[in-house]
Amino acid sequence: MEKLTYRFAGGSRALPHTAEVVGVVSSGNLEVLIESAPLNGDCAIEVNTAALGFGATWEAVMRDFHERWQLTDTRIAINDMGATPAVVSLRLDQAVETVLGGPP
Amino acid sequence: MSSYLELSARERLAQLFDAGSFTEFLPPKARVISPHLAQLDAPVAFDDGVAVGRACLDGRTVFAAAQEGGFMGGAVGEVHGAKLVGLLRRAIAERAAGVVLLLESGGVRLHEANAGLVAVSEVMRAVLDARNAGVPVIALIGGANGCFGGMGIVARCTNAVIMSEEARLGMSGPEVIETASGVEEFDSRDRALVWRTTGGKHRYLLGDCQELVADKVADFRAAAIATLDRLQVQETALSLAALEAEQDMLARRLDRFGTLEEPMQIWAALGIAEPRSLPLLEAGPFVEQVAAHRIGAN
Repeated sequence: MEKLTYRFAGGSRALPHTAEVVGVVSSGNLEVLIESAPLNGDCAIEVNTAALGFGATWEAVMRDFHERWQLTDTRIAINDMGATPAVVSLRLDQAVETVLGGPP
Repeated sequence: MSSYLELSARERLAQLFDAGSFTEFLPPKARVISPHLAQLDAPVAFDDGVAVGRACLDGRTVFAAAQEGGFMGGAVGEVHGAKLVGLLRRAIAERAAGVVLLLESGGVRLHEANAGLVAVSEVMRAVLDARNAGVPVIALIGGANGCFGGMGIVARCTNAVIMSEEARLGMSGPEVIETASGVEEFDSRDRALVWRTTGGKHRYLLGDCQELVADKVADFRAAAIATLDRLQVQETALSLAALEAEQDMLARRLDRFGTLEEPMQIWAALGIAEPRSLPLLEAGPFVEQVAAHRIGAN
């Protein structure tokens, strides 16, 4: 397993005070737990992945995600079993949309 | 018309019970994860593969659990098992109208060895304790992984089992039997044989499950409501007399069918005119056709 952490500042979109989990930790899939948390305006992401050595790819996917949603005071935790970058992006969007109660 | 088979554990909970009524105990946010998997450098899930909580079923307050077949085949580890046990104990304490277990599991999580085995045995005991306290427990089986090993035993410890044709229930899975006893004994790649042997229709014919439904969430829901209604006016505890009757039934089954080599021969021996036609029938017509022949019908 490999643990990767990311922290993005400067977001503006706050989430309601709920926590949601989407996805399942199964082959080629992942679960995303998303919740609001007081993080001085940051969005913090922790990834635990079974696929080693993809740090640069994860960073690119996470940066894209932050640019898309601009979340503030948000904590995201991911348990991954080798999901592809496209699946990761879709699950992250699904997580945000679930918390927001639908697409923006 | 949602397929039960294709849903995740959480989707099943959301769609089977009254809309928005499921309240989870120890949700993913609590992060109660397996203490064993990290030591083995294996991925964990924030709910350890099972969601448990309180829900309403047709207005009645019940306790519910759903195993996630996608995470390690729904296998039971220490935390996973403890969540099921805690749910059953709380159902007793709060005098719930029933416990509905949405089972999908390969059995004990081998990574957790003895802790998993102990967990499964505690779940069995908790199911029997709930029944003894007057709380009916029912098992719904309709996931792709079936219900095997220790959880297969747990299913048969409940008051009633509801299955779909696609569901499977057994002790050892097909690959395990083939590995242990050889391909001549059981060919695990013969899908039709696997379903004839462990699938919902065969279990229904043998009296191992009480309801056979189509692979639809609405049908599972209707069967769960009807079963819970039926159990409200019945003794839920496992009595010595019931246990002896079950033992008799098993002995008669072995006596009648013990020398037969394949389920279709058993169906013929049960008096079904065209056993070959059974695998092709939809759930409704199947139940009608076998009504007079299945074991435990009366």
